Amino acid sequence: MVSLFTVLGPKWRTARARLRQGRQGRSGKAIILTTVGLLFWAAVFGVLYRVLAYFRGVEEIGPLLASKLLGLMLLSFLSILLLSNVVTALSSFFLAKDLDLLVSTPIDWLDLYIAKLGETLVHSSWMVALMAVPIFAAYGVVYHGGWAFPLAAIAVFLPLLVLPAVVGSATTLILVNVFPARRTRDLLSVITIAAAGILVLMFRLIRPEQLARPEGFRNLLDFITVLRTPTSPFLPSEWATRSIMGFLVGPFDWLELILLWSTAGAFVVLGAVLHAQLYPTGFTKAQEGAERFVRGRLWQRLIAPTTWFLSVDKREFIVKDMKLFFRDATQWSQLILLAVLVVIYLFNIRALPLFSGEQVPFFFITLVSFLNLGLAGFVLASIAARFIFPSISLEGRQMWLLRSSPLDLRALLWSKYWTGTVPLLVLALVITVLTNVLLRATGFMMVVSVGTILLLTLAIAALALGYGAVYPQFDTENAAQIPTSFGGLIFMMTTVVLLAIVIVLEAAPVYTYLQAMRNDEAVRVSIGMVLPFVAVVLVCTLATAIPLRVGLQRMEEYEF
Amino acid sequence: MIRLEGLTKRYGTFSAVDGIDLHVARGELFGFLGPNGAGKTTTLRMIAGILRPTTGRIFLRDVDLIADPRTAKAILGFIPDRPFVYEKLTGGEFLRFVASLYGQDGDVVEHRINELLDVFELTQWRDELVESYSHGMRQKLIISSAFVHRPELIVVDEPMVGLDPRGARLLKDLFRQFTGRGGTVLMSTHTLEVAQAMCDRIAIIQNGRIVARGSMAELREQTAAGDASLEDLFLRLTGGAAVRELAAVLED
Repeated sequence: MVSLFTVLGPKWRTARARLRQGRQGRSGKAIILTTVGLLFWAAVFGVLYRVLAYFRGVEEIGPLLASKLLGLMLLSFLSILLLSNVVTALSSFFLAKDLDLLVSTPIDWLDLYIAKLGETLVHSSWMVALMAVPIFAAYGVVYHGGWAFPLAAIAVFLPLLVLPAVVGSATTLILVNVFPARRTRDLLSVITIAAAGILVLMFRLIRPEQLARPEGFRNLLDFITVLRTPTSPFLPSEWATRSIMGFLVGPFDWLELILLWSTAGAFVVLGAVLHAQLYPTGFTKAQEGAERFVRGRLWQRLIAPTTWFLSVDKREFIVKDMKLFFRDATQWSQLILLAVLVVIYLFNIRALPLFSGEQVPFFFITLVSFLNLGLAGFVLASIAARFIFPSISLEGRQMWLLRSSPLDLRALLWSKYWTGTVPLLVLALVITVLTNVLLRATGFMMVVSVGTILLLTLAIAALALGYGAVYPQFDTENAAQIPTSFGGLIFMMTTVVLLAIVIVLEAAPVYTYLQAMRNDEAVRVSIGMVLPFVAVVLVCTLATAIPLRVGLQRMEEYEF
Repeated sequence: MIRLEGLTKRYGTFSAVDGIDLHVARGELFGFLGPNGAGKTTTLRMIAGILRPTTGRIFLRDVDLIADPRTAKAILGFIPDRPFVYEKLTGGEFLRFVASLYGQDGDVVEHRINELLDVFELTQWRDELVESYSHGMRQKLIISSAFVHRPELIVVDEPMVGLDPRGARLLKDLFRQFTGRGGTVLMSTHTLEVAQAMCDRIAIIQNGRIVARGSMAELREQTAAGDASLEDLFLRLTGGAAVRELAAVLED
């Protein structure tokens, strides 16, 4: 036990030092992060409070609905945690920098297992745990859980965090014994992203909104039967749901809680046994490199003919970025999620009840098509945050090479900008044109949306790159973590403001157009109609030029 | 070839480099020595254009690095102490990319890449991703990259770290041939035997200031050290008491 504390000591001290550093001169950052976090909590709590308060008012099936909802949420948590633990365990058990030191010291294997399991659990579960706070708070408040409810919720939730951590670590342990660790990392990133994508896609395709329409069921009894049936009696999320709902609306059965804790305990023991058997071999295998022979000149052949007009440094930069992206499974696998996101987006537009049943006024269709611009802009911003924002940070370790060479930083920024913008632009146009076709938007709306999304994409990409240069994360090796930084948050907030400005500016001419169409009049092109579009062009041009200029200035100040 | 005038780098109130004046002539192999934290790497990174000096000027072949960095950097090859390279590029691709940063491509570059990989015995690893390279192989790749654009001046920070004896010998020969043909090398190293055997002149830096400079004979003269080795001179100039205390610590 003494050596367990020794192993955990540096982690604890690092966290404390970070916290102390955070207190010194970073209060602005902390205030923004805390405010956004609290707003998010408040939003989740508010929505859930309203839903649960409504359920509470429904006799008989109210608690059943609340229980079903909790079960679904906890099941989602369990799935997310399992995926996240599998990936995190690979880093903490096999690739972490402290492992060489730990394995070479006479630390007890059980202490190492418990310490690394704890590290995996904390790293992969903190976000889910934070998300659970407003959810449990809403249940506690609506069903008057009293002072003991937070304790009960913690007692129920803790084993739910332990179980996926053990299962995830054990899965990784087995995989590492089969494949080399670096290959396993590639494999896991593809599997987890694909699994997450399929889960989200399936959840959307089963059209959960139909559950909210009881008229779809043959009779009330069918509906109640569906609600009463547990998702699966063997799933820990189901035991947790019954415990929580038992505590809140009764009758409370200790068996569920005992089941949760005893299963978690048993799993830890089984995990430790597996660790003792497989870890030494797995750790040795993890030291092997993923040797890969690459002779292909695909990118050279693809890009060279299309970029003949560019200088050699810009062309080679684009080729290099393409190679790095498509050779790194942790990077390109994100495209799977992107594809899922686009499919769901288009599916949602198609699922809108605009053309089924009674005739929906032309006004609503145009309104949806117009507001869709904002939504598409937000989707593009999320994609830019993931793919364009980290691009400068990812050069960090190689900046010695770029800065000691005569490369013009403008060429670097230029290459990064267009490598990110061109695919984003294609995606933006595909989304906008397809949704407008699905919505049967008019020619005017098609021109307005395509023009606006074109300008917005150029600005969003510039903002992502500019903020990425101003708030670089040179120490982070994982590109997926970079957008979750403070700079990423500020970028998203700025983009939302830009989207709001553009929509507000364009609202007036679109409304004038709608009025004219409603009154069956010809649309008059007046200054009042043209001026807002000129303003949008101006705003987007500034939002493109300023971030790139500021980003370049900041890059020139980088020191390594 | 390299001229430093009052070069200073401050971090807050701490001066990492404190008013260095230095001149390295064309064709010279110049050694830059000093204890850990003396300011060697900071100086070299300023000469390579990675760090900006707080005050002072840097001239590479009479071109002001601050005023005209692109012209100055075009003649420079830099070898850092830590070999960070793009893990997902192959050795051959990395060298082609570096050449492109200097505006070079085509068959001439391909020929040069083959030559350099051959010299550093990396030909069979040419199409292998850098992530599978050992530390020494990465170091060799970075050294190759510093030569790929045919520079006139090489600035190198701890070149021997990670190299096997064969690689270290190769590098020594390469530097000798390079300076023999009019190239200039400014090298920081902790391997004092290498510095003594190879360098035409040496500067010893401590607490950001040059405390001695000259050829081995001049250094001995400055310190009145008779025929002392560079190691003895180094310890005398930088305070060798710690080494003597080490024996006492180990005996305790």
